[in-house]
Amino acid sequence: MKYIDEFRDGDLALGIAAAIAAEADPARTYHLMEFCGGHTHAISRYGVTDLLPPAVRMVHGPGCPVCVLPIGRIDLAIRLALDKQAIVATYGDCLRVPASDNLSLLKAKARGGDVRMVYSPADALKIAAAHSEREVVFLAIGFETTTPPTALVIREAARTGATNFSVLCNHVLTPAAITNILESPEVRRLGTLALDGFIGPAHVSTVIGSRPYEFFAEEYAKPVVIAGFEPLDVMQAILMLVRQINDGRAEVENEFTRAVTRDGNLKAQALVSDVFELRRSFEWRGLGMVPYSALRIREAYGVFDAERRFGLETRSVADNKACECGAILRGVKHPRDCKVFGTVCTPENPIGSCMVSSEGACAAYYSYGRFREIPVVPAGAAA
Amino acid sequence: MCLAIPVRVAELRDDDTAIVDLDGIRKEISLALVDDVRVGDYVILHVGYALARLDADEAERTLALFAAAAREAA
Repeated sequence: MKYIDEFRDGDLALGIAAAIAAEADPARTYHLMEFCGGHTHAISRYGVTDLLPPAVRMVHGPGCPVCVLPIGRIDLAIRLALDKQAIVATYGDCLRVPASDNLSLLKAKARGGDVRMVYSPADALKIAAAHSEREVVFLAIGFETTTPPTALVIREAARTGATNFSVLCNHVLTPAAITNILESPEVRRLGTLALDGFIGPAHVSTVIGSRPYEFFAEEYAKPVVIAGFEPLDVMQAILMLVRQINDGRAEVENEFTRAVTRDGNLKAQALVSDVFELRRSFEWRGLGMVPYSALRIREAYGVFDAERRFGLETRSVADNKACECGAILRGVKHPRDCKVFGTVCTPENPIGSCMVSSEGACAAYYSYGRFREIPVVPAGAAA
Repeated sequence: MCLAIPVRVAELRDDDTAIVDLDGIRKEISLALVDDVRVGDYVILHVGYALARLDADEAERTLALFAAAAREAA
């Protein structure tokens, strides 16, 4: 398919890999964080790590909205389905996230809750129109990509005068999370995370543009290269980061110029700021409370805010003790460092959120990488 | 979650919607977040909404960069 196949060409990948190997200084290490789950997935799926020289190390970041959604927020949606008999509509990724009392939205459905998977927030509004006698709540999650569609649907609900539709808003912001990784006190507690550069988000950046990252490049002297989600995009971005680091530069560069501009999608930004405002603080799985890192629905659209409508209070719920998602989301630990990885915690039965979404670091490693480190022994040589 | 795919706009409809073609699969999507989309353009589709229009010239330039990097290393 156009704009996909040509960005997955194996021969070109080998060529870019040779360029990275030639330019990366073997005497030093390049710790590069790919912020997005989309990049984590591409790196695992296409074996990009195998094409990199030992000096270049990829560190997975927290850019998977399903992975960072705290248990307490899923609990709210489950209670709406089970106690308030509301129809809860949400994206498929959210259904299997483990919550309190050994429940997930999918298990709540098995207990009789009316939980429905939707492809688009517009579908949730359609469900509300078809069931005027029921409360319909859309559990909205996602970064800046998914926020403008939610904003449009809330405006549409206002325009059509929907009285039984509301949104449980969990939209979070990328720049706040990157700042948190670079400077929060937990980084010191969980161990030092040496990062030399970032691969910046692909689709998030189509909306917010490349400008918001200029602050990091300047303030923290870390280079950022915005990259598309195809494997060649990621490899080219790695090459661009290696070059910046070799030159001692810390700039924002854009590899994904076919879709990202400096200003981003101004129409989408205007819509989002019309409907949403900043929350003073929001809990992230793995990062804890992060100031000004999420959005809530403005007063003007308050009737469509499920938190106001049902008087919801979020409880903070601790993760399973054995789960290392917190450290993995920060890039401090690797999935293989977690005791329950691949044993108790699998994509079929996830304990932690990083195993739920295919973009989670654990799910990606489970699906594509986990046998890579086991040495290949020829048959007969074992005895 | 931020999964989005490039799709070709096959037909423009009323109310800021379009029919897109994805390798033979046709689907109605919303163009409410983008301006000036024409038939034949490629857009990035996410949860039923076009987020951005793909710039064909920039895509060519990026592919040329890949080829140049590969050539230099060879």
